Amino acid sequence: MNYHQSRYDEPLIFEIEEGEPIKVPNYPIKDNMIPKNLKRKGLDIPTLSEESVVRHYTRLSQMNYGIDTGFYPLGSCTMKYNRKVMEEIAGWREVTNVHPYQDDAAVQGSLEIMYRLQRMLCEIGGVDAVTLQPAAGAQGEFTGLLITRAYHELNGEKRNEVILPDSSHGTNPASAVMAGYDVVEIPSKAGCVDLEALSSAVSKDTAVLMLTNPNLLGLFEKDVVRISKLLHDHGALLYYDGANLNAIMGITTPGKMDFDIVHFNLHKTFGTPHGGGGPGGGPLGVKKHLEKFLPIPSVEYNGSKYHLDYDRSHSIGKIKGFYGNFNVLVKAYVYIKLMGSDGLKEVTERAVLNANYLKARLEKHFDIPFKNHRKHEFVVDGSKLKERGLRTLDLAKRLLDYGFHAPTIYFPHLVEEAMMIEPTETESKETLDDFVDAMIKILNEDVELVKNAPYNTSVRRVSEVEAARNLILSMRMYEK
Amino acid sequence: MMCPDNPKIKEMLRTIGVSSVNELFSDIPREVRIERLNLPDGKCELDVKKEIEAILKKNKTTDDIVSFLGAGIYDHFIPSAVFSIIGRSEFYTSYTPYQAEASQGMLQALFEYQSLMAELTGMDAINSSMYDGATALGEAALMCARLSHKSEFIFPRTIHWEKKSVLDNYSKGCGLKLKEVGYNAENGKIDLKHLKELVNEDTAGVYIENPNFFGVLEDEIDKVKEIIGNVLFVVGVNPISLGIVKAPGDYGADIVVGDAQPLGNPMNFGGPLLGIFGCRKKWIRSMPGRVIGLTKDANGKRAFCMTLQTREQHIRRSKATSNICSNESLCAVATAVYLSLIGRDGLKKLAAINISKARELAQRIDGIDGFKAPLFNAHHFNEFVVSSSLDMDVVDEHLREHGIQGGIRLNEHFEELKNTALYCTTETHVAKAHDALIKALEELV
Repeated sequence: MNYHQSRYDEPLIFEIEEGEPIKVPNYPIKDNMIPKNLKRKGLDIPTLSEESVVRHYTRLSQMNYGIDTGFYPLGSCTMKYNRKVMEEIAGWREVTNVHPYQDDAAVQGSLEIMYRLQRMLCEIGGVDAVTLQPAAGAQGEFTGLLITRAYHELNGEKRNEVILPDSSHGTNPASAVMAGYDVVEIPSKAGCVDLEALSSAVSKDTAVLMLTNPNLLGLFEKDVVRISKLLHDHGALLYYDGANLNAIMGITTPGKMDFDIVHFNLHKTFGTPHGGGGPGGGPLGVKKHLEKFLPIPSVEYNGSKYHLDYDRSHSIGKIKGFYGNFNVLVKAYVYIKLMGSDGLKEVTERAVLNANYLKARLEKHFDIPFKNHRKHEFVVDGSKLKERGLRTLDLAKRLLDYGFHAPTIYFPHLVEEAMMIEPTETESKETLDDFVDAMIKILNEDVELVKNAPYNTSVRRVSEVEAARNLILSMRMYEK
Repeated sequence: MMCPDNPKIKEMLRTIGVSSVNELFSDIPREVRIERLNLPDGKCELDVKKEIEAILKKNKTTDDIVSFLGAGIYDHFIPSAVFSIIGRSEFYTSYTPYQAEASQGMLQALFEYQSLMAELTGMDAINSSMYDGATALGEAALMCARLSHKSEFIFPRTIHWEKKSVLDNYSKGCGLKLKEVGYNAENGKIDLKHLKELVNEDTAGVYIENPNFFGVLEDEIDKVKEIIGNVLFVVGVNPISLGIVKAPGDYGADIVVGDAQPLGNPMNFGGPLLGIFGCRKKWIRSMPGRVIGLTKDANGKRAFCMTLQTREQHIRRSKATSNICSNESLCAVATAVYLSLIGRDGLKKLAAINISKARELAQRIDGIDGFKAPLFNAHHFNEFVVSSSLDMDVVDEHLREHGIQGGIRLNEHFEELKNTALYCTTETHVAKAHDALIKALEELV
């Protein structure tokens, strides 16, 4: 595909010629409003006309690639197309213009959506109770680990270790440390959990094992039943990182695999847009024995009215202000209603079909470690590129020229020069074929051409080294 | 079930070398399989919209009721252009800008957000967002512990109880001990004497909120600074107030946190919000969260990219400064657009309007027998505590009958504040709204 991203020499908002700004309400203002010693000196923010602001940000948007622009195969990020009706409904005033502390009677609509979403996620996760409070997957993890700690403490146990496979998401160890745990990383064997290594790592100090299934290589951990038995036999819990839930809906559930705790990434599996990094949503589900530890409040229904329930005997309290990213929750609710039981299973089937098709086509040209079928994603070993003096990074940059976002690169660390590819279910065979064609074409292109890519984006290759060396994080630091 | 007769699917299966989609799931053990998800089957867009419309109609919006709620989430005017910009799908359907060359728009917008907030707060650097004000405070406490290697964090009683609970949860892991400093019962400001008693050689950081939870402006901030000396000083802000209130950077703050929801983001029944997190240059490498840096491309053209990623979880794993990954970037873009539209004079004016309106409303409530407002003798921003000799349950019920949502009640979390509520007003309240409240309250006397 011939792709050319818009290219403007767009000034910073501070560098645009000032104009007549929009008006704010007129109101008589008196002096002596604030104590003298709190009076502000200067305020160096620009004053611009509405049209210059809108043109500025419209141009910036044109220098940005989104899923609406094209294929976005970022591994473990599940960049599926986001249905527009979700945006429309989330923009209704009944969603946006409601304060969280209004009386329960004035927010029955919001509470009903939340209650129903809690029930739906329970079914999809195979769990008994769900909190919608966490703002993102990593916060779901943190919440799950605080619950783990509360659970063991109530049992009179001091367990201080979290076990993780070496291929786990970076958020797993980071969350574990934030919750006060020591991290024990176990090596993988043939891309999956090494049962022997796990057996020797598990002890009376083990609080929980965090696992993604299918894992980051797209392989289903088929020993999962033995793994959960091993952990439970030692009195430890099992945590399911929901980043890859898109691969199992309607086939199995984390609960069925005997996980005790699971987080959901609404911005991955449930099609809410990523917003350039957020907002997302990271609801957390637990089995019955952990329900009493969930954050407050929960949303309950007494047969006629919905209400916020703060009465939870062993709750860990709050992990975020208010009740979670409600606007995102609404979108996820719309998504699940649109898909339904049949649609969610089809999502999984198509996501897995697309991944395996892409893998089968690329296999003839690239090294793809581990021969089994994958679930929703797979990892390419790019080390052969080095023979031609290229790196995975170069290939990734060149893909941008063909109008594709690059896959996740250099992760997971156990594959050299890794390219982690997740096509998702919303892509057609034609798109996948075009992507494969571009990948193959790049392999045969002139080395210098590839090394200096990209050419068709709004800027040429960006120097991260320069950014780190000469740190400029704001206009203040720029001008100084 | 996908249609197996679809020729394209057949071809894909052939390429993979399997005869059915089911074969791709053959590695999932029988014992963990489920029959089906017990949910209704999918519906068409039209039906889903109608169903959700019927549910959401049960909500009362700010169009239906007059609300005096604040307490961390505020109803402010948002220019239409904000929604127009963040509704551009090039922005909202993009992922974290890992590929800088294809993501300059988002990167520059976030750099502008960082710059605008740096100017407002007087900090050198602001990250590209935290989840909300509460988690930003939790992260600030952890950063103080990281930088100082000390074990105690002091926070004021005059913060939201939810924030306190979040702070508690964030501090647990590293064993940071929290100490609460009281407030002056007469003026609602931080109790300087108590603060002096609490600060010692184990203090990792001190947190002050300005305005505090009661809407009170902490004007003895110089004395606070004097007491804490070189201890890390964390200040929480309401960013609209910074239109006329001194930037925390100008009174000695090392770290600034807060919630930028008031700047261009709707209330959304509590989220998403926008956690502000900023610090002085010397602490940047210990900061949590993503930051966008200014740099150059291969042709020497100005460009932007994520930087200092070696602090972050995807590189540093267990040694990262935080576990945060997804953040609230789109809300940060909304705030950048909002501030650009409102501009310097607009923000000053808005801050002044909020103060004036709150003062006037408080005076009018105070004029009614049986009510005192503000309870604290101090300068306020756009919130203030109302106390009453009447039963507040009766007051609230009476207001409800008039389509008025009173302020949030405080007694449950501040046992010393019997029969009190926190009232908030902003530029969105038309004169009629205040009149309606006053008339309803007068009926009670």
